[in-house]
Amino acid sequence: MTKVGAAIVLAAILAALAGPVVMPFNPSDQELALRLEGPSARHWFGLDELGRDILARVLVGARISLLVGLVVVGVSSTIGTLLGSIAGYFGGIVDEILSRLMDILLAFPGLLLAIAMVAVLGPSLTNVIIALSLIGWVGYARLVRGQVLRARELEFVQAARALGASIPRILGQHIIPTALPAVTVQATLGMGGAILAEAALSFLGLGVQPPTPSWGTMLSYGRAHMLEAPHLTIFPGMAIAVLVLGFNFLGDGLRDALDPQAQRHS
Amino acid sequence: MGRFLARRLVLTIPVLLGVATLVFSLIHLIPGDPAQAMLGEAAPQSDVEELRRQLGLDRPLVQQYAAFLAGLVKGDLGTSLRTGLPVTEQIVERMPATFELAAAAMLVAILFSMPLGIAAAVRRGTVVDHAAMTVSLAGVSVPNFWLGPLLAIVFAVELGWLPVSGRGTWAHLVLPAVSLGAALAAILARMTRATMLEELREPYVQAARARGVSRSRAVMRHAFRNSLIPVVTLVGLQFGAVLTGAVITETIFAWPGIGRLLIQSIGFRDYPLVQGCILLIALTYVAVNLITDMLYGVLDPRIRYE
Repeated sequence: MTKVGAAIVLAAILAALAGPVVMPFNPSDQELALRLEGPSARHWFGLDELGRDILARVLVGARISLLVGLVVVGVSSTIGTLLGSIAGYFGGIVDEILSRLMDILLAFPGLLLAIAMVAVLGPSLTNVIIALSLIGWVGYARLVRGQVLRARELEFVQAARALGASIPRILGQHIIPTALPAVTVQATLGMGGAILAEAALSFLGLGVQPPTPSWGTMLSYGRAHMLEAPHLTIFPGMAIAVLVLGFNFLGDGLRDALDPQAQRHS
Repeated sequence: MGRFLARRLVLTIPVLLGVATLVFSLIHLIPGDPAQAMLGEAAPQSDVEELRRQLGLDRPLVQQYAAFLAGLVKGDLGTSLRTGLPVTEQIVERMPATFELAAAAMLVAILFSMPLGIAAAVRRGTVVDHAAMTVSLAGVSVPNFWLGPLLAIVFAVELGWLPVSGRGTWAHLVLPAVSLGAALAAILARMTRATMLEELREPYVQAARARGVSRSRAVMRHAFRNSLIPVVTLVGLQFGAVLTGAVITETIFAWPGIGRLLIQSIGFRDYPLVQGCILLIALTYVAVNLITDMLYGVLDPRIRYE
């Protein structure tokens, strides 16, 4: 399953990078006479309500999805790792404040808070990324905090401390690396989560704005033509499901490989 | 026991206050002047001033915060900008629809996931196991805003068995509940399998078999019952995801609940109503988590002595 996941993710990255270059159609080119036409030899995924090639739009949409996933996971895992290790290492009042903040953010279902933030900040790709990153860090911080609490007492960390290593050095060189396998697993699964969240927000009209092709926006517009042109709904949705499945397979496989505890259940 | 419950209750207070503060600050995150944003750029200055006064935005921040909290305690969440009706009234009116949908989705999830998880655990490593786990991983990956329209295409449009949208009869509930419950079913099936595998390994199951208890009885009466504790907890913890999912499902199926109200009020820039909906969903989530935690403490005495 891990290999299947890796293959899907790799294929998606390749398609996102090369697809729009080799495609004979531009995602914004219109053939109005053929609007809503189903899949054909010329247009494999058919045409949308404005006569645009759906395959070309799905490929450009992949760029948006992967970009959102990468930026959100990158930003939130960095913030989370940093704050989590600070909370875990220093303990006391610092830990107390950070942990209460995490409790409050976790009291909201994640996507709901993103909806709320985008609702006030205004719908745009940038705001979606900001909202998802501001919420996403909590999961990483919790995870890293737990790992750091454990690593803090390990002998080699105590030894580094006894040798007079500075705090940034102890954290960066000795403690954070012990948390990295767990963070990697969470980040892989987080890619799928971020892609789903962006699509959901765009579906609700709160994310990427037209004419930029995003899978969620495409699904949202497809709903109006569900009866006469179901291909508008089927293909973008399939793209989301397959890519998210790829990241989930990969994340699951990595967890089994990196965490012997979890292997017992598989 | 009493001390455990009391401690858990007291710990909820700062979280509640934090949730309220976050929801209060939402309106102040609006770029520029919130009153202007709500009325649009073309609105005359006098209207903007009037709205600012009505929302209390002309007062110092501390006073606004105090008034917000005081209103909250009394159940007063302000007035909707669009309809002029109290926010609380509009939300209370929509609540039954959302809870009905959430409950139905959870029921669907439990009914699908338990047999799947048990079958996978009992037939571990076989085709049944692999198929069940692949289906469940696919279930987590399929977005409900895709599954919903697909189900509608097949069962409402093509086959004509069920209504496409709206609320009223049992038939109306089926498609929204299935599309909302699918992801939860997938998660629960994986959890059921994992906990069942643990329990099946326990000596008491083997002892029961040695005493001559049949295999199916050992699985269902002994292992399954004990594996339920973590599964029940997961159901509670996943309630938040179901509530958020309901925002999308209600939008797809025109289900007249709080989620749809939230999205509609975002469209109308009716921020008091947006605040109210978000606050209610978050508070429900906190309450369900609290109840789940307490139930867990009751079900499993080891938790209390932490």
